[in-house]
Amino acid sequence: MPPGESDKKEDLDERIETFKSELKQGSIEGSYNVALKTVSLLVRIISQTKWTTAKELMDIVRSEGKKMMASQPSETAVGNMVRRVLKIIREEYASALKGSSEEGDPQESLAKLLLAEGEMDDYSGTVLNLKCHFAENIAGQALEHIHSNEVIMTAGKSRTVEEFLKGQELAMSLAKADIETTVINDSAVFAIMSRVNKVIIGTHTVMANGGLKAINGSHAIALAAKHHSVPLVVCAAMFKLSPQYLCSYDQDAFNKFLSPHDVMDFSEGEILSKIQVHNPVFDYVPPELVTLYVSNIGGNAPSYVYRLLSELYHPDDHDL
Amino acid sequence: MKAESGAAGGNKEAGGASTTTIKKEPVRVPDHLKADDAATQKKLTKKLVKQHIPQRTSAQRKVRLFNHLHQYEREVSLTQSLAFSSSGIHPAVIKLGIQYAEGIISGSNARCLALLATFKRVIADYSTPPQKELSRDLEAKIKPYISFLNQCRLLSVSMGNAIKYLKWNITHIPSDISDSEAKAMLYEGIDGYIQEKIILAADAISDHVKAEKKIINGDVIVVFACSSVVRKVLLDAYKQGIQFRVIVVDGRPRMEGREMLRRLVRSGIKCTYVLMNAASYVMQEATKVFLGAHAMLNNGWVMSRVGTSLIALIAKSYSVPVLVCCETYKFWERGQTDSFVFNELGDPDDVVNIGNKSPYLQDWRTFNSLTLLNLVYDVTPPEFVSLVITELGLIPCTSVPVVLRMKQEKLMKLDKQFYEERKLQY
Repeated sequence: MPPGESDKKEDLDERIETFKSELKQGSIEGSYNVALKTVSLLVRIISQTKWTTAKELMDIVRSEGKKMMASQPSETAVGNMVRRVLKIIREEYASALKGSSEEGDPQESLAKLLLAEGEMDDYSGTVLNLKCHFAENIAGQALEHIHSNEVIMTAGKSRTVEEFLKGQELAMSLAKADIETTVINDSAVFAIMSRVNKVIIGTHTVMANGGLKAINGSHAIALAAKHHSVPLVVCAAMFKLSPQYLCSYDQDAFNKFLSPHDVMDFSEGEILSKIQVHNPVFDYVPPELVTLYVSNIGGNAPSYVYRLLSELYHPDDHDL
Repeated sequence: MKAESGAAGGNKEAGGASTTTIKKEPVRVPDHLKADDAATQKKLTKKLVKQHIPQRTSAQRKVRLFNHLHQYEREVSLTQSLAFSSSGIHPAVIKLGIQYAEGIISGSNARCLALLATFKRVIADYSTPPQKELSRDLEAKIKPYISFLNQCRLLSVSMGNAIKYLKWNITHIPSDISDSEAKAMLYEGIDGYIQEKIILAADAISDHVKAEKKIINGDVIVVFACSSVVRKVLLDAYKQGIQFRVIVVDGRPRMEGREMLRRLVRSGIKCTYVLMNAASYVMQEATKVFLGAHAMLNNGWVMSRVGTSLIALIAKSYSVPVLVCCETYKFWERGQTDSFVFNELGDPDDVVNIGNKSPYLQDWRTFNSLTLLNLVYDVTPPEFVSLVITELGLIPCTSVPVVLRMKQEKLMKLDKQFYEERKLQY
């Protein structure tokens, strides 16, 4: 291999390794950043590796994607971006194919898709464009959903929600923007809920059935909102939509746990040795409790999520 | 409540188009719920000055929804302006007030017991001045003490009921007996109250739980924050040899669950500890929820530490039965349907501290649009509660007004008896 190319390959491998270790340590903050990094890496892979057919490209993307997903299974944004890229590859190929012959549904010509020759298109451009402007799109829909003098409850810190509205960091940024904010404890949610007009939360992932994998405590908020008949609006960009289903109510398979240090200090060691401490990160919120999903492509009901899935991802890529 | 029923009666008769015109009594809202009414506040200030009680500075910034409730700034010294004079406040009461304000004594039962012990000391140090009757003078003496304690921290329902009982006892002391005899009577009354309503009631609740087998082998019991009654029930069940484990759910900022955890672990019960946001996660494996109560309201709602309603809600959604343990002396004639009308507002600065991470809201006062809310109580609707365990037995939430009525009838009977005796005397 000529020296320039081998350098580039090493550089690419190094980047992939760095990304995987960052994922494992959990040092990337926010699923937006994770998704962005995944996409830029995939773009590099596409442009720098040698491939001749669409099938080869998809295999490369799939294998690299699988490795990245394995380093942090709870970060669904990685898997979602990989699936999205695969779908884009198929779409581009199908549209290129349509230009040259009269093929119908690209799914029917799957065999052809995998075996035929493809062009070295620049697929990456489409994907990056999708991502940069999601926040503005979501924020733009804010006017449709909020009117003046409304009391809105929000939880945790979500960049999406912050963009939408103009736990304690969010309150600070809201207060700096001169929005009348009150900070309450998570225990007081039910007590205050009767005076709230809308609840707006962000989420980590949107599952295939319309349910949420959100931060701890979201289920309690959703239940309280349902009891008081307060609409629950979830702001989530499309890259958070995952084709996974919640397999059972056994949360151990779906949840991630952090160090109990945040719950109880290690300095209280005497008691710690005799008790169990749980510190789960995620909460499952069933789709019946959610009223509306606001994403960069508009507002949807949770029952519509399955349709969005087929637009974003190809069913074959659901299990990578 | 008397005032409300009076107004309702007036409405009815006005609607009946009768010839008699009844003057409608204006409905009186209790003073401690009128923090935003300037006239009431002026009256309160005058009253406190007359009683030589320092008034606490009201908080600068309150959440608008709670303008009608008092919220105080944390002060360096509550008692700086108290003078050393014989007509001042009894030092034991001052000590008690500060213990309340700082949170050293907290919890319905603990506060009530401390209050009664302090009043026993007050009575011990009291001597009737000449030309005055003990029954009237002592009551007048106690009034400023109660105002002071109220200023330190809002009176709890248990304390309110105990004070009502004490006042009843004082006013019903016959006028012809000596000071020492009167004091002996009062001690007996107070001791009887403590023994019967608090200590034995807790025993009775524990016995009911045992008799009805409400805790069985293999149970996973969820408890919230710290309740002395629930703790006793669990310890007694453990002593009986029942195998169960406990999940303690804790809420910020008070973190009372740690105290509960410490005591349970010390006795050897297997415990798990989580924070409020993980309640949904642990509720899946729970078989029962035991909750304590600050008060039971007339309409069947349960007033308890903030966060209790959330636990009950989550339990309901997972079909886990919720059992509330409450002694009958905490039953209250008031009815309430939300947590706004009557509540206690704690120190907002407690919300700032979130444990390990550096607090974001350290200088929250610099932002005009930011307020912090630290509610102390919340009310749980009766549809979330399966059973209320009292010393009288296991009752549904809807039977609380029945118990209250029974108590009132008993009191009326005693009153009638007392006045009949008095009539005979003269």
